[in-house]
Amino acid sequence: MAFSAAISPRWSSFQTWGAILIAPYVLVFLVFVIYPVSYGLWLARNPDSYRTLFEDPVFLPTVMNTLVFLLVAVNVKFALALFLSGFFVHERRWIRWLSVIFIIPWAVPAIPTIFSIRFMLNPEWGLVNSLIFRLFQVDGPNWLTNPPLAMMMAMIVHIWKALPFWTLILVAGRLAIPREHYEAASVDGATSWQKFKFVTWPSIRTLYLTSTLLSLIWTLGDFNSVYLLTGGQPADKTHVLATLGIRYIRLDQLDHAMATIVVALPFVLPLVWFMMRRLSGDEQKTS
Amino acid sequence: MTSRKLLSEAKLWLVGIPVLIWTLVPIYHIFLFSISTKDSAFSGRLWPDHPTLRNFGTVFRQEHFYLHHFWHQIWNSVWIACAAGALTMAIATCAAFAISRLKVRGGRAVMNAALFTYFIPAAFLAVPMYKAMGNYGLLNSRWSLVLAMVTIASPYAIWVLKQASDKLPWELDEAARIDGATPVQLFRLVYLPLMVPSLVAIFTYALLLAWNEYLYAFLLLSHENTIPLAVGLGHFLSSDDSPWEILMATALIYGMPPAAIYYVFRRYMVGGLTAGAVKS
Repeated sequence: MAFSAAISPRWSSFQTWGAILIAPYVLVFLVFVIYPVSYGLWLARNPDSYRTLFEDPVFLPTVMNTLVFLLVAVNVKFALALFLSGFFVHERRWIRWLSVIFIIPWAVPAIPTIFSIRFMLNPEWGLVNSLIFRLFQVDGPNWLTNPPLAMMMAMIVHIWKALPFWTLILVAGRLAIPREHYEAASVDGATSWQKFKFVTWPSIRTLYLTSTLLSLIWTLGDFNSVYLLTGGQPADKTHVLATLGIRYIRLDQLDHAMATIVVALPFVLPLVWFMMRRLSGDEQKTS
Repeated sequence: MTSRKLLSEAKLWLVGIPVLIWTLVPIYHIFLFSISTKDSAFSGRLWPDHPTLRNFGTVFRQEHFYLHHFWHQIWNSVWIACAAGALTMAIATCAAFAISRLKVRGGRAVMNAALFTYFIPAAFLAVPMYKAMGNYGLLNSRWSLVLAMVTIASPYAIWVLKQASDKLPWELDEAARIDGATPVQLFRLVYLPLMVPSLVAIFTYALLLAWNEYLYAFLLLSHENTIPLAVGLGHFLSSDDSPWEILMATALIYGMPPAAIYYVFRRYMVGGLTAGAVKS
């Protein structure tokens, strides 16, 4: 009793200091998240902005582009990441060096590398078409002026940039699997496919699914891969929702910009809610 | 047995070499352009006939229309990145300490609010943020970008720091409290010294985020005295006959510092960040 009496007057000072120290972040959150989002939603309250948004001929193709982008880019990226994570767990000196190089796309800023790819794809004098011409004596395609092809290139850019990060996450997941499980499987004469199916996959399945969902949200917000490669051109046919919102800002149609985002919310919010539950759940487990 | 071993080694190389090429081609292409003269840059060769460093001279002496403010833009980039890094670190450190060690009331709600921000795609938050910065009268001030970057970097920073802080033994706090330590002493003498690796990771994370940012930078800043180098680079695309060899030289200069910083602090980044990135 004496013990708790000795420290109990302090508790209030600990709570006071806690409130003081947490205040700066709370302030940032209120001023730069709550106010902007509330104000933005208030701007987007008018049903007319949605009607005109849906009537904009750019809008529906953009939604289609976004869906294809999410579906294809995220799944291809994760299939590759899963495969490459199996490669990078091998213990070789050269593979360790390769993993250091492999992370470069993720570590460097987007502009230089995406511009570089954009130049490589220039139909007249880009590196890609020059090589095609030298090897096959034919003119290569117009990579960035044919909308479906341009979208495909944007997905490749996205994968090029994001693949290293997710591969490393899955490598970490694979390295957490106890080695004995594989040894036991070897003793039982398991093939490498069986080892993957019965040892690796059950252990990293949750990580894989969580990462995929998180990547879905972030890919939806990937502005750079599309904007810096195609700028939405030709004829605004290669937009995704992220670039379309910014396009409306540039056209000074803020209500349309906000409406574009609100349209995506029914898709985003469940994912966000799910991710928050996952991370909070972990917290309870570890603490 | 040896032939089987050889086969599995060969399989590894069969994966490794394409991965190396895939990773390096766009990077090499930047380098190739930056050491080429205007004529040979557009010839589609894999190595220029007369490699030259002249493009870098042009950039450093600001001798091109698009580069008249090169040094000023670099300075803006440095200023914005350092300010965002320092501010994020300060805010996140205090918040994580309050939530994790002081167990402040409502700490969990704040953590959830932060996580919510973390999961909202940055390009979506950009639209309302742009409008709000306009209302605050901050557009075209470098502070707008710094504050936007702090907003985006803090949630993850707080989360990583909280995870690290939760791992510190609770007995340290109890011992200090029984000895009569005030919260400030606890923060300064117990918490900060033990958190140094995580703090380095968070500072680096926010610094790189702000240096690399393009979308918020070009939305919030348009005046030529306030724009960072990222936006300056974007201006090159405003005309069709851009000097792309000079652009690539500038882009190389812009891309080197973050790559170097990443590799210097990689030890902290890998330990501090991937551990927290996605928990299975």
